[in-house]
Amino acid sequence: MGFWERMARIDRRIIYLFIAVVVIVPILLQITLPVTVSPPVRMAYETIDALPESSVVMISIDYDAASMPELQPMLRAILHHCFSKNLRVLMIAQWALGVPLGIEALESVAKEYGKKYGVDYVNLGFRPGGMAQMVGMGKEIRDYFLTDYRGTPIDSLPMMRHIHNYQDIALLVGLEAGATGDMWVIYVGGRYRQDIILGVTAVIAPDAYPYLQAGQIKGLIGGLKGASEYEYLVGKPGLGMAGMTAQSCAHILIILFIIIGNIGYFMIRRRK
Amino acid sequence: MEVLGVWIAAGLTLCIFSFLYRDNPFYKFAEHLYVGFSAGYWLVYTWEYTIKGMLIDPIRLQHAYSVLIPGFFGVLMLSRWFPRIAWLSRISISFTVGIGAGLALTGQIHGFILPQLKATLLPLTSINNFLIVFGVITTLFYFFFSRERKGVTRVFARIGIVYIMVAFGAAFGYTVMARISLLIGRFLFLFRDWLHIIKV
Repeated sequence: MGFWERMARIDRRIIYLFIAVVVIVPILLQITLPVTVSPPVRMAYETIDALPESSVVMISIDYDAASMPELQPMLRAILHHCFSKNLRVLMIAQWALGVPLGIEALESVAKEYGKKYGVDYVNLGFRPGGMAQMVGMGKEIRDYFLTDYRGTPIDSLPMMRHIHNYQDIALLVGLEAGATGDMWVIYVGGRYRQDIILGVTAVIAPDAYPYLQAGQIKGLIGGLKGASEYEYLVGKPGLGMAGMTAQSCAHILIILFIIIGNIGYFMIRRRK
Repeated sequence: MEVLGVWIAAGLTLCIFSFLYRDNPFYKFAEHLYVGFSAGYWLVYTWEYTIKGMLIDPIRLQHAYSVLIPGFFGVLMLSRWFPRIAWLSRISISFTVGIGAGLALTGQIHGFILPQLKATLLPLTSINNFLIVFGVITTLFYFFFSRERKGVTRVFARIGIVYIMVAFGAAFGYTVMARISLLIGRFLFLFRDWLHIIKV
């Protein structure tokens, strides 16, 4: 058996080992590479940056722990940006399992800026309803959320007194691990002309680019790379930037594997 | 309590990672635990958010007896368990299909088809615009199956395949990025929150 035949039958665990090494070493050495900000992320940043003080930004947590490594750094960076600009944050969740993730980030970042619950930010939590709820909130949020996630009536919260529907919301930020982002764009963006930014996992980023090209969204933050770019823009390095060197090293290794695999394929075919 | 949670999460992460070597009892334990917890969670979720939140609480707290109507239709869905009266569930299904179709039809036209169509009708004043318009046309040619592909249609369909392959490549590249990101997330958790080797 020649070299290329042996390579074609290589134990998959050896490949796993290589991947583990190129991911672990940069993390342990905490090497950071320069960050280049891509236009879609800059568009998202500039959209939030241009909002007048006290504007309401609705952030929808549409992911769970499975997508936390990509979307949680994104959420934290966006919250830093919003609170540093004195914007008011209204959080909701279309995924029930996203609620605790939203609470964790919202409470910790708000504390850093001395923001007060009910005045500067509110967390409505989760209610079932999906598409019907998204459309219905265009009429009145209270039709779906009479209380916040803690059971406090939302009319008792000062920030909520003048917030009734999308007309009172300057920007919607959807953090998406599935098809909920499409629903926000199609049903809320299309029907109510709501300005929308999407922060998405890398898997669904290619599906979101047509919305950006068509001007249906004002910015797009894709995957861990997008999160690291946003962290860089707001000057708050976090888990996004910490993971990007490992990401780049893993990509280089995978490219090498693909090249070696193709060379091996053609070599074996030529011999046969 | 938080420390205990981190240790449990780290232990379960290692149990799942052990599958990369081979299937083993540790992996099986973590997998079954996950399935059990998920089933329990969704049971509580359905009670708390759907039955209690949307049916019992509105009646009890706001005396909104109108919710009994959708509640009745919900009960009809359960008739599928009994073959003799299973047909009753069709009433509820037709209702949800009607609502879904109505919302989707208007929403898709307003929020997807028209904006995307508008974004394709571009003046050919730049290379990017040309690539978009040409890509849409050639890809549509690829999906045109009513006539045999000959001559120009064959060439266009082949170019369409190239566009589709580029899209698949981009999607695969992003998928690789996403999966590696998840691995990075787990390692960051293990080294930062569990072992405290790194500080981020």
